Amino acid sequence: MSATTVSPELSANRRDIRPGRIIVWTLLFIGGLIMITPLLFMFSTSLKTSGQVYDLRLIPLAPTIDNYIKVLGDGRFMQWFFNSTLIAVTVTLSNVFFDSMVGYTLAKFQFRGRYFIFLAILSTLMIPTEMLVIPWYLMASQLGWLNSYWGIMFPGMMTAFGTFLMKQFFEGVPDDFLEAARIDGLNEFTIWWKVAMPMVVPAISALAIFTFLGNWTAFFWPLIVTTSKELYTLPVGISSFSAEASIQWELIMTGAAIGTIPTLLVFLLLQRYIVRGVMLAGLKG
Amino acid sequence: MAKIELQSLVKSYGKTQAVHGIDLTVEDGEFVVFVGPSGCGKSTTLRMIAGLEDISGGNLLIGGEVVNQREPKQRNIAMVFQNYAIYPHKTVGQNIGFGLYTSKLSKEEKQQRILATAKILGLEPLLERRPAALSGGQRQRVAIGRAMVRDPVAFLFDEPLSNLDAQLRAQMRMEIKSLHRRLGTTIVYVTHDQVEAMTMADKIVVMRDGHILQVGTPTDLYENPNDVFTARFIGSPSMNMLEGKLGGGTLSIEGATISGLTLPAHQGEVLVGVRPHDLVVGDAGEPGLGATGIVEAVEPLGSETLVHVQVGKTQIIATAPGRVVPKVGSTVSINAGSGSLYLFDKASEKALGRA
Repeated sequence: MSATTVSPELSANRRDIRPGRIIVWTLLFIGGLIMITPLLFMFSTSLKTSGQVYDLRLIPLAPTIDNYIKVLGDGRFMQWFFNSTLIAVTVTLSNVFFDSMVGYTLAKFQFRGRYFIFLAILSTLMIPTEMLVIPWYLMASQLGWLNSYWGIMFPGMMTAFGTFLMKQFFEGVPDDFLEAARIDGLNEFTIWWKVAMPMVVPAISALAIFTFLGNWTAFFWPLIVTTSKELYTLPVGISSFSAEASIQWELIMTGAAIGTIPTLLVFLLLQRYIVRGVMLAGLKG
Repeated sequence: MAKIELQSLVKSYGKTQAVHGIDLTVEDGEFVVFVGPSGCGKSTTLRMIAGLEDISGGNLLIGGEVVNQREPKQRNIAMVFQNYAIYPHKTVGQNIGFGLYTSKLSKEEKQQRILATAKILGLEPLLERRPAALSGGQRQRVAIGRAMVRDPVAFLFDEPLSNLDAQLRAQMRMEIKSLHRRLGTTIVYVTHDQVEAMTMADKIVVMRDGHILQVGTPTDLYENPNDVFTARFIGSPSMNMLEGKLGGGTLSIEGATISGLTLPAHQGEVLVGVRPHDLVVGDAGEPGLGATGIVEAVEPLGSETLVHVQVGKTQIIATAPGRVVPKVGSTVSINAGSGSLYLFDKASEKALGRA
């Protein structure tokens, strides 16, 4: 991300390299190095045999893809991969649908209690997940959702952050567009879906990316709510490699490496939306 | 096509009344322009006709039927908005076709209508383009196209030319006017620009503070304004207003002489209106108003020059022929002939007649 934003400036200012910039680049380089080192070690370890795991050289002496063959050949891993995909995709679609709908309603309709509802939704942003886990667990338990896909997904099907993000974006859609559609005879649902939604595609993309990545890497809640290994998500499943007789670092790293592929793909394909989304949401990357 | 009738139409927001029981009939096929300053209730009235605002009191009839409770789509009217409201994610053709979204026409019929509309508006070569690749005037035509394609009983325009530059605005004025001539559909048009009102309307409705002040043809309003507001609002530059006194068959204005005029039978303080185009720089000779003053500013427009002259305590605008550009600071004589003075009662601001 930083490389793509800095490089055009770099070429434009080639003749004007100031000491300040050198310091900034150095800091960025160090920051980038700190972030990428664990990733490199992850890939490196995934190419090592179990005997070489504690040999900390970055390029393995005898690289092997045996770990990949083993992990991908293990039915459980593919099941976890499938679970994670199913959960992340479902929760993302649900968020895009419901957060947008509620955000649109809060932004574009005048009704009694609108601000109260909005504040109530916002206030949930201030409660840390750790505090919510017990109520979620009790709910899941009472509703018979423990150890099920639904149990993993239900707390994230709609989020306050997503609703807030979408509301802010819909407020920027001029009312004239909606009124024009109203005069053209469209019902309110169609106006939202056909007129308002296409006008906030950057926000939808940002929300979808955040939600997908958040759910793909979610560990804490899936670990708590699932008991059978068939329902594990990828992070939970990978961590279970360490719960057996010995910690199989090379397999954990292989699983993690495979697990990062969708994340990297999502990022590479949609990075301009991520950048725009982060900027528009007023968050720090 | 349909007649639109407003019967004691009221709009309230809580305790605040924005439109105070207005009555108006827009005849079938008529081009009516609502004009007035910001906040006068003209857009609110238009939105009530469109069905975008609830009606707080009175009745709205379209084609002889009360439509107060009907949804916008059931009124079969089309509206063109100030910012065009054409969808950036759709092509020109799709935007025009969007007006037919709920129509039960077959796909082929819809396509035919889109093409026919595009042809009328000269948008045929642009059907595949997106709005971002269009000029302001073209976007406005797309918005009109989307309204036209439904073949509505009336068009409502809400300040549609405000976002265009002066040249394009003049062009679009004529395009909308000629479109009206071709289609013959009733048009209700809202603007704060009196030039648009004068050049386009069959009938102008002057509004202020939620009331209709005057309804009439452009010439009517220009020649016989009911009150000071309409007199000053219609016509550009605005009508000059001089304070004066009427009594005993004579009119006295500070810094000006009046001679040979037939005056209305009224006693008391008056406002004397005179349009800049009737007030000419040059020596007085005929009966009328004559004055001498110092030139404060000049605005040469080519065909004529607007001359700002200080007369008594009031600065007024007079005109001089194109090649005559008086010097700022010089003293000039100005005069207005008989029949060009508009007299208003100072207290009520109502018209007393012309002299």
